[in-house]
Amino acid sequence: MTSWPILSIITFLPLVGAAFLLLIRGDEKTVARNAKYLALWTTIITFALSLILWVRFDKSTYEFQFVEKTSWLSENISYHMGIDGISLLFIILSTFLMPICILASWVSIKSRVREYMIAFLVIETAMIGVFSALDFLIFYIFFEGGLIPMFLIIGIWGGSNRIYATFKFFLYTLIGSLLMLVAIIVMYFQAGTTDIPSLMAFSFDLTLQKWLWIAFFASFAVKIPMWPVHTWLPDAHVEAPTAGSVILAAVLLKMGAYGFLRFSIPMLPNATEYFTPLVFILSVIAIIYASFVALRQADMKKLVAYSSVAHMGFVTIGIFTFTQQGIEGGLFQMISHGLISGALFLCVGVIYDRMHTRLIEKYGGLVNRMPKYAFLFLLFTLANVGLPGTSGFIGEFLVLVGIFKVNTWVAVFATTGVVLSAAYALSLYRRVIFGELVKLELKEILDINRREIILLLPLALAIIIFGVYPEPLLSVMHTSVDNLIYQNSLALDLPLNQNLVGIK
Amino acid sequence: MQYNDIPNFLPALPEIFMSVICMGLLLLGVFKGDKSTYLISWLVIFSLFVTSLLCIFGPNDKIIFSNIFIVDDFSIFSKVLILIGAIAALGMSFNYIRNEGMEKFEYPILIMLSTLGMMMMVSANDLISLYVGLELQSLALYVLAAFKRDTLKSSEAGLKYFVLGALSSGMLLYGASLIYGFSGTTNFETIQAMFDSNNEPSLGIIVGIVFIISAMAFKVSAVPFHMWTPDVYEGSTTSVTAFLSMAPKVAAMCLFIRLVYVPFYGLVPEWQQVVILISAASMIVGALAAIRQTNIKRLMAYSSIGHMGFALLGLSAGTQQGVESVLIYMFIYLFMNIGVFVVILSMRVNGVMVENIHDLSGLGKNNPFLAIIFGILMFSLAGIPPLAGFFAKFYVFLAAVDSGLYILCIIGVISSVIGAFYYLRIVKIMYFDEPEDTLEKPSSASMISLLGISGIFTIFFIVAPTPIISWAQHAASSIIQ
Repeated sequence: MTSWPILSIITFLPLVGAAFLLLIRGDEKTVARNAKYLALWTTIITFALSLILWVRFDKSTYEFQFVEKTSWLSENISYHMGIDGISLLFIILSTFLMPICILASWVSIKSRVREYMIAFLVIETAMIGVFSALDFLIFYIFFEGGLIPMFLIIGIWGGSNRIYATFKFFLYTLIGSLLMLVAIIVMYFQAGTTDIPSLMAFSFDLTLQKWLWIAFFASFAVKIPMWPVHTWLPDAHVEAPTAGSVILAAVLLKMGAYGFLRFSIPMLPNATEYFTPLVFILSVIAIIYASFVALRQADMKKLVAYSSVAHMGFVTIGIFTFTQQGIEGGLFQMISHGLISGALFLCVGVIYDRMHTRLIEKYGGLVNRMPKYAFLFLLFTLANVGLPGTSGFIGEFLVLVGIFKVNTWVAVFATTGVVLSAAYALSLYRRVIFGELVKLELKEILDINRREIILLLPLALAIIIFGVYPEPLLSVMHTSVDNLIYQNSLALDLPLNQNLVGIK
Repeated sequence: MQYNDIPNFLPALPEIFMSVICMGLLLLGVFKGDKSTYLISWLVIFSLFVTSLLCIFGPNDKIIFSNIFIVDDFSIFSKVLILIGAIAALGMSFNYIRNEGMEKFEYPILIMLSTLGMMMMVSANDLISLYVGLELQSLALYVLAAFKRDTLKSSEAGLKYFVLGALSSGMLLYGASLIYGFSGTTNFETIQAMFDSNNEPSLGIIVGIVFIISAMAFKVSAVPFHMWTPDVYEGSTTSVTAFLSMAPKVAAMCLFIRLVYVPFYGLVPEWQQVVILISAASMIVGALAAIRQTNIKRLMAYSSIGHMGFALLGLSAGTQQGVESVLIYMFIYLFMNIGVFVVILSMRVNGVMVENIHDLSGLGKNNPFLAIIFGILMFSLAGIPPLAGFFAKFYVFLAAVDSGLYILCIIGVISSVIGAFYYLRIVKIMYFDEPEDTLEKPSSASMISLLGISGIFTIFFIVAPTPIISWAQHAASSIIQ
């Protein structure tokens, strides 16, 4: 294995790109054009480099790989990076979506293009950093540092009510994360380190575990978002520019669930067991409530946002089953939801760019003028519903298999979410695409152009490929998930699952 | 103990150097008149710089003048910070005093005198030398606050500051006399030794401590002794406000640390509860009251109240870690404040100073450089990582959690979030609102470079935090016996 720090290079390459963006000189048009190309190439190179991670990744071990460690604040708070089967796929997802986001903003962003691109590159660094940090404080810095660019993206380039939305987003997230910071400090004094692998090996006192768990929950539940702290999400999604919504739905929401997998479960196993019913209840409420709310939305982006809340409910249920199917299903659902919700927001963005409205009632009969668009939108809608053959199905199916083993009632209620998602997703599709094209202003609407096809096609392909053949994703996470469950059973003194004895 | 007739002057060389230069410059000013203001300002900056070198490379760990003057790592750390604050405040005010017609040679000299007082203060090892230093800095500051004496606001600010400042000095003296009366000494180390042997402190000592803490709370503008801050900040000329918000704050905080950690180190539980109370009150009031402010100077006054609350959160820990966290906090806060006040000093529309935060609207478009640094500073003041302000808060929380002050930490968290709201509001005004008037660009090189230094420090603190942290560690360990 080569010694150069590939993980740091991938993490900070976007930041370097952002620094170069600052140096561009010239009049506004040249700056805008150069900024777009520079940002695009930076993100493409980052994606290409991140594929090296996937290729070189050793699937047979649950140990952290590509590890880098340098002393930083003190001996026990160091710059520690590394990935395992749980985090690798999120990094790929982030780097994969970034070029698409840049392309999606190619024409719709007209003012302050350079600043926009800088904000996106900074947020890419924050996202990759969150998933590759192996020190809790480093994780926290990336986790919260990502707030600044997102605040600006929504606030500067957002819709009409953007200021309310961006403040709500920022302050909701901030209070959760500050409580987590206090919890991190408490852990630091208990265990003497903020190193994630060491903290995983440390066992905390049960009462303390519960308090720490609540503090983490405050942060991660807001981020996911779980009912009842989800209210910032629809606002933020509606007001954010298209690419901002994509990043928000596809990656930023996943940070919360990733936090559960990386911190709450392995570090606080007893508290996690104690609070699992709470998570199940909140998740079931999220699935059913958000689905019903989605049914009644007049704004397309809001509908997709509530559908995100519902789908993230599946993710949390899957993770807290502690079965292999459940956790892998949750992880798979996250990746797949990242692709699908990203694609749906892009689809909304496509017609928004043309008509400058997101209200469902302003559309109808688009299939007559936009057949290619109608086809792709159908694919993504069905994937969102969880049609077999798309990646959405694999995730939901695995989660439901997992939860049926653990708790039938939760499973029953969660399954209604699948039906409800069909109801709202298909009704959205029907109202926008089908019917007669009666509205005058839609008569001249153009089908998607080449740039938009380039945007949507990779997502469509990924959704179908992983829907038919999920093995490349599942095999990566297999060993790490096994180890997570194994360690969890050890901590809780549960009988060991026979299938898992092979590792250790 | 051998007593020499000639005391060792060398440890006090920086202070002696400063006072000599000060008197020399005063003579120069009197002879050459107000046209020499800039020359004197530059000379003051230069000699402050030399003084800081003298501090760093001078003798260390010495107690002189019959144990009333101490030089240790802690005092050197504080002095360097104070000098940086004074240099920055002078460096950013050239343009301002020219535009406002404040070209009086007393201005830099008063700043230097006040700085000298602060340096005496942080080196004090005795209640009497403490008072002398404190009064030197305060009297110079009262004059500075009222410096633009032909405007109503400035005179009002000076008077208010003077009356309330005199009151707090009175409280300090009263507390000090009680301490002396009940302990029989004014020397810090002797007082400390009295409480080492598990002596139950008498009521007089406790009352004395409370009075002294009240006076200190006044100097660092902590709630409930904060009332003067917004008025003085708003009323004083802006360049004086910049100075007030930097060097005196650092000096007062460092003096506060020395007072509670050296003479009263054996009485941590006694003073801790008082400090916890004023810390919590400052954080809450600082956060809540700033929300409704539209004057940027008033806003920064409440912001500084909140920040002092955070620094006191570290102080209330009562441990070496606590001292360390306060020093790191003050260091970072000082550097952030430099940039903030450069921006405030360059808020000028058509040659007239403006102070309303809405005058910043559209700054992101009109002056991207100023806006981006100011935006970064606002995020940093709100304590968002990866900026320097986050580390300030982090270390304070670290010290507080270590001492088990969980409730105070939660109060800190909540007031941080509320505080974030008004910092973000400034970012919102700069970037999200449409411009009304165009602010002029800061023209002088010294202002731009100060802004640059502040911005670079805030952004890149994360890359190499260790030198500053270990320096603060040394300083903190030198004070805890």
